[in-house]
Amino acid sequence: MHSESLSFIFLNACIINNFVLSMFLGICPFLGVSGKFETASRMGLAVIFVMLVSSSSAYGLNLLLAKYDLEFLRLICYIAVIASSVQLVEMFIKKFSPALFRSLGIFLPLITTNCAILGLALFHTAKEYNFVQCLVYAVGAGLGFTLALVIMSGLREKLELADVPGVVRGAALTLILAGILSMAFMGFAGLGGS
Amino acid sequence: MAANSKTPANWDVFVRGIWKENPVFVMLLGMCPTLAVSNSVINAIAMGLATTFVLVCSSALVSMLRNFIPKQVRIATYIVIIATFVTIVDYTIQAISIDLYKALGAFISLIVVNCIILGRAEAFASKNTLYKSVLDAFGMGLGFTFALLCLGVVREVLGSGSLFGVQILPDSFQPWGIMILPPGGFIVLGFWLLLFAWLEERRQRGNAEGDGANA
Repeated sequence: MHSESLSFIFLNACIINNFVLSMFLGICPFLGVSGKFETASRMGLAVIFVMLVSSSSAYGLNLLLAKYDLEFLRLICYIAVIASSVQLVEMFIKKFSPALFRSLGIFLPLITTNCAILGLALFHTAKEYNFVQCLVYAVGAGLGFTLALVIMSGLREKLELADVPGVVRGAALTLILAGILSMAFMGFAGLGGS
Repeated sequence: MAANSKTPANWDVFVRGIWKENPVFVMLLGMCPTLAVSNSVINAIAMGLATTFVLVCSSALVSMLRNFIPKQVRIATYIVIIATFVTIVDYTIQAISIDLYKALGAFISLIVVNCIILGRAEAFASKNTLYKSVLDAFGMGLGFTFALLCLGVVREVLGSGSLFGVQILPDSFQPWGIMILPPGGFIVLGFWLLLFAWLEERRQRGNAEGDGANA
C-alpha cells in the first residue's frame, strides 16, 4: 500500500472513487447546499479545510492509540477531533464572513455529521497511509467533494428554469439527476484500484 | 416538526416516524447509508436494525441525562454517546457474521454520523421523557428500516434477479447491473420519492374533492 504514488492517491480520491458520486459519502450536504453555485463552492472550501485539519489530527491520534493498544476508542476519538475542528472553522467563518455564515446556515455545524470526513479518517487508517499520503488523500477527497457539489449546483440552477411537472420538482428530480451524474463518473471506474 | 409540537399522544409519536415523518422519504435524512448499503435486502435489514439499536439506546441515554448536560457542550456529548453505542454494534456484528461485516464495510462505523440519530437526540430526546423518546426513536428506526427495505427489494430484484439471495427471476432475465452500482441507488431512491410525492398529491386532491362532494 505504501507504494501508491501521490498523484495516484490524489486522482483516485478526487475522480475515480469520488466520495459523493461513487462512495455515497456526504450526500446530505450534497443535496442540501447544492442549490446555488456560490454556496456550493464555499461549502466545498470549508469541507476541504476541515478534512485537512481533522485527517492530520486523526493520523497523529491513531499513532498514539496504536502505541497504547487502545484501538477500540478510535471511533470516539476521531469524532471528537472532527467536532472540534468544525467548531474551529465555524468560529473562523463567523468572524470573517458573517454573510457566508448565514448562507451556510445549519449545514455548517452539520459538517460534523458529514460522513465524508469521518469516512476519510477511517479509510486512511485502514489503508495505512503515511502522513504525506494522508494529506494528499484529504485534499483529493475534498476537491472531489467540491467538484461534485459545484457540478450539481450548476445543473440545478439551469433546472430551475426548466418546465417540469410539479410532482417531480425538488428532491426526486435532484436524486435522479445525481444518478445520471454518477453514471458519468462511472466512466472513470476502470482507471484505478479501489 | 417534533420540536414544536405539543405533547402528542404516545401512539402518534411511534407511528409518525414510520410514515408521516419517515426520516428517509419525507425528511431526507440519513441518505448516505440508505444509498450505500441498499444493494441487497439482507444488507438493508442488517443496517436498519443496527441503526435502530443505536437510535433507541442513544435516545434513551440522552433523554435520561437531558437535565445534566450543559447546553454549550450538548452536541459533543450526544456524539460521544452515539459513538459509544456504535462501537458496541461494530464489535457485535464482527462477532456474529464476518461476511456481513465485510459487506457493510465502513458504513457500520459511519452510523455515528447518521443525521437521523443526532437529529432525534437534538430535536426530540433532549426535550422529552424517557418513555416518549424511546418510542420516538423506535418509530424512526423502523421507518428507516422500512425505507432501506423498499430500496433494497427493488435494487436486488432488478440488479441480480434474486431476493434474500435466492434467485426468483428466470435465467432468461438479464440482470440490470447498473441497479447494484451507485447510479442505481440514486435513481431508485429518486423514483421512490416520486411515488411518495405523487401519492401525497393524489391524497390531497382526493380530500379536496371529498369535501366538495360532502358540501
